Parts: sequence; C-alpha cells; structure tokens
Amino acid sequence: MIGPMLEEAWHAMGANRLRAFLTMLGMMIGVAAVIMMIAVGQGAQFMVDQSIASMGSNLFIVLSGSTTSGGVRLGTGAIPTLTTADADAIAELPSIGAVAPVSPGSAQLVYGANNWATSVMGTTPSFLDVRDWPVTSGSPFTDSDVRSGTRVVLLGRTVAKNLFVDEDPVGKTIRVRQSPFQVIGVLAAKGQSLDGRDQDDTALIPVTTAQTKVFGSRFPGTVRFIMAQAVSAQAMASAERDMAQLLRQRHHLPERADDDFDIRNLTALANARAETTRVMSVMLGAIASISLLVGGIGIMNIMLVSVTERTREIGIRVAIGARERDILAQFLLEAIIISLIGCLVGVVLGVGAAVLANLLASLAVVITGASIMLAFCVAAAVGIFFGFYPANKAARLKPIEALRHE
Amino acid sequence: MPGTALVRTERLFKQYETDAGPVPVLKDVNLEILPGEFVAVMGPSGSGKSTFMNILGCLDLATSGRYVLDGRDVATLDRNQLARLRNEVIGFVFQGYNLLPRANLADNVALPLIYAGVGRDRRNAMARELLERMGLAKFERYAPNQISGGQQQRVAIARALVNSPRLILADEPTGNLDSATSHEIMKLFVELNGKNGITIVLVTHEADIAAYAKRLVRFVDGRVTHDGSVAQGLPQEARA
Repeated sequence: MIGPMLEEAWHAMGANRLRAFLTMLGMMIGVAAVIMMIAVGQGAQFMVDQSIASMGSNLFIVLSGSTTSGGVRLGTGAIPTLTTADADAIAELPSIGAVAPVSPGSAQLVYGANNWATSVMGTTPSFLDVRDWPVTSGSPFTDSDVRSGTRVVLLGRTVAKNLFVDEDPVGKTIRVRQSPFQVIGVLAAKGQSLDGRDQDDTALIPVTTAQTKVFGSRFPGTVRFIMAQAVSAQAMASAERDMAQLLRQRHHLPERADDDFDIRNLTALANARAETTRVMSVMLGAIASISLLVGGIGIMNIMLVSVTERTREIGIRVAIGARERDILAQFLLEAIIISLIGCLVGVVLGVGAAVLANLLASLAVVITGASIMLAFCVAAAVGIFFGFYPANKAARLKPIEALRHE
Repeated sequence: MPGTALVRTERLFKQYETDAGPVPVLKDVNLEILPGEFVAVMGPSGSGKSTFMNILGCLDLATSGRYVLDGRDVATLDRNQLARLRNEVIGFVFQGYNLLPRANLADNVALPLIYAGVGRDRRNAMARELLERMGLAKFERYAPNQISGGQQQRVAIARALVNSPRLILADEPTGNLDSATSHEIMKLFVELNGKNGITIVLVTHEADIAAYAKRLVRFVDGRVTHDGSVAQGLPQEARA
C-alpha cells in the first residue's frame, strides 16, 4: 500500500515542482536555522565549559577581607590578612583536597634581548594540582624550593613564547626584576579564562621567593589569596563552612566581628555563567524553531490549496473504492515527504553554514548528531501536524460533492 | 425471486435540505434489478435519476427506505465498508470519464486495484490485459489528454472492469461522445452484459442509446413512471 502511495505523492509533487520547492524552502530555512543556531549555542557552551575545566574544579578562592582601621572600612584585600600558615591549616581540613597560597605581582622578565611584562605568582607546588595544570616540559618546583626560597620559575606558554621564541627555555636563566631565576619548566597551554584573560600569560615562582626576594611585603608571611579545592562537589558546602570557622578561629575574631576574609565559590560562579550560556543556547534554538513553525504553516497552506484543487480527483478515488484512511494517508504522506526533503536539504544547508561561520568568522560551532536528529524529528512532526488538517479535510469530503467539483 | 436480486430498493426516499426547506428528490422508489440485467434509466432533468444512481453507487445515502445491494443492507454499513463495496461490487463509468489527468492510462486502469490491495505486478498485468481488450494497449503510457474522448471512455470502462464488478453504473457514458463513438461504446456495454453477464444500469437522455438496454426505467418527479420493456417506454420514433 505504501509503495504506490509514495509514487503518487512523488508524481503529485512533480506536477507542480515550483510550488513543491517553495513549500520545501520554508522547511529548509527553518531546519537550517535551527541547526545553525544550536551549533553556535553549543559552540559557546563548549567554550565556557572548556574555560571552566581549565580553571579547575570544585574551587574556592579565599581573599583577604575588609578591615576596619580607626573607623575607616577598607575594601577587600586592602590589607593582607591571610598567611601561608592559614593555607597550611586549611589543607588539614578533611573537606579540602589541595590548597595553594598565592602572592601575585607583576614583573618585567628578561631573557637575552627579549623582555616581557607578565603577572608573576608566588605559590606552592600544589597550585598545579588545584588548577589542574600540568607542566609539559621540565619539572615543577618542589616543597623544598618553597622552604628555601630558591630562584626558580615556571613559565606559562605565552611568556615562554615571547621570551624564548623557538628556543627551549628549560634550564635557561632569566631575570625577574633584575634578579636571576632558573627556568625549570613550562606549563601546558590553558587558553582564555572565563573573563577573557590569557591564562598562559603568567609565571610561577615559590611563594617564599616572591615574598622575600621579589615583591617584598609590609606584612611578612602574608599572601593575597588562597586557592582551595574541595574533595568533591558534594563537599563544597561543608568545605566553605569549615574554612570560615577555621579562619575566624585562627584570626581570633570575636563573636560579633565581621570576617576579615572573603570566601568565593569560583565553581558556582562559573556554573552560573555556564547556565547563562545554556539558556542562551536554548533561546537561540527556540527562536529558530519559530521559523520551523512558519515553514509548517506554509506546508499546511499549500496542502489546503492542493486538496481544493484535487477535490475531483479525491471524488474519483473515493468512488472507485478509496477508504477515508487511504485519502488521509495519501495527503499526509505528501506533507511528510515535503517536510522531510526540506529537512534533509536544511540539514545540509545548516551544517554548511555552521562550518562556513567557523571557517570565515572563527565562530565556535559544535554540530552533534543529536541536534540533527532533533531537527529531523521536529520536521517530521511538523509535516504530520500541519499535514493532518488538510489531509483530514480531504478524507472527509463527500464523494458526490467531490465528484461534482469543477 | 426476491432473494437473488442484485439491487433491491424498498420505499426509497431522498430529500435534500436547502435554505428554502427540504426538497424531496426521490419518492417511494421500489425497484429490483436481477443479476445480468441491462437497465436504461431515463427521465427529464431533476427527475431524480442522478440521485438514484448515486444511491445505487453508495456515493449517497437515502433519507429513508431500504437499499439492498448484493444481499447487504447499505444503511447498516460504515464508510469503510461502503468504500469496499464500491471497490469490489461496482464499477463506475461517468459522462466526463473522470480519469486522473496526471496518471498514465495503465495506472488509471489499475487504480481500483491499489485500494483492493493487489500487488504491483498483478496490477500492471491486469491493466494491460484490459487495455488490450479495449484496443488501447499501445497507448498504456499515454496521459488521458493525449487520446480521444471515445478512447478515454474505453479506458474508464477498463478501469470499471478491472475489479471484476457485478454491477456497472454508467451515468450518461455517451453524453460527451459523437454518435458513431457512442454506438461503439454501447456495443461494448452490450458485449459486457451478454458475454460476461455483468449487470448494467445506464442513465441516458437519448432514446437510441436506451434502445441497447433490455429494460427501461423512467423517472418523473422522483417517481418511477415506467418500468418494463424498452420498446414500450420509448417514444414512437426511436423504436425503429
């Protein structure tokens, strides 16, 4: 039964090629728009997910908080209240996996004729664990480097490239604020952070070296912030509570005093960002689906015209024994074929446009089988949904009236 | 022999609802047609003969009264069963041929077989056989508008025959044809009736066409005013 019906539907479309094409065009544009938009949305999402992954997971940043000095409230981080000892104490908490105190500053780095200004961070080896940041060549500095404050440096990709171009930096000596440092390793590339900074434009040195030999400090032993990683996503809440409690205790804060530190849940922030992107991606898809809907209405329009035009044909078919469902199936099949062919071409157009956008505008796009499947299913559904009314109208025509129709 | 009638109507009544109120078209039509009969139906326009044919063809339902076709009371059948009855028992031949313009002749002839669920090869074979019988085998790939009216009507008759119906309903089948072609078509009907024993009910305005039938039924104002021999029912000049 389906064989001859397919043939009939094909002939019916062949009889009016331009109209069939224009009807399909609506579907093509709709499907192409959906695929394109989903590709762009997922591309954006992929970028955000990647930056989140590059940041490290289950991450807290503990900042020195505001302090009140003679009635004047100073902003966050105005006075360093955190110390490396605080970091060590936090590391002892069962809810915390890895901890890295960070004492950042900026410095001019010089190698031979090249120089480069970058952010230099004094930290401990566990920084690499917290940030999930491997060393690709050479080796990371060790706890003993931290204890003795040796002059060793790990370079970010961007810094290594600017200072050394093609040369292998490991083992070379560079100058950081005039003092010589030995390059012991180069960090893996991280790419952009969530706020668009180049994460590879940095250099890491032992925190003690930073405190005593590079930046100095009015408050010896203090660090600007501490990065702490909870043991798991589930432990995030308890980790935050434990750290706050511990720091208040260590800083001898009275019951009613404000915290002199500030714990920020970076992962939560990042997830909020990811959520925003996801919503945007869904919105893009939803807006594009409106064009699918319009395409569907186009199909319904043409099918209604087609039913009216072919009323007599329907009458003949009914007279010679077509049942209601035969007529219904015939017109429904036509609508589905139109929408599926439109969809097929739309998929090709959409994927093509996405690839082009990626090549020409270097827009991040992700094309998944799922998005194509989705477009396909929606197109079939649109064909059935919008084809049903005209097909049903055709099936319910009264045979004598249909036969008399001119 | 009331049980063996192919077509039996009892007190058949039909009225159409119009804005001006109900208009009765058929009033108390009692008719019995036996297998193998060749009946001509005549009557002026508006006499109800077309409505009668539509009801016989299960394309329309009577307002009241009974219509039994091939032993089945049509009023008790649903739309699908009616479609099946039309497909298996009846073959239609129309004044305007009513071929599908986009389908070629073979496909037109085979169309009822699609709805009967016959497979492709058998459909094609049967369509070819019938076209051959109609002398149109070499045109099987032609579109209907590429052949003459007489040829189109032959294709329509082939289509009516393809499901081996017991009853052929022909509504002014020669109305659009010239006289010579009309007589050829009528000879074909006579042959189908005589050789194949197919019951034929044919509506016509023309006495010389009606003369091919064995029995004449005349409608006036929705009633049967004559039912009997063709000779008696026709005006004098057509009897020759």
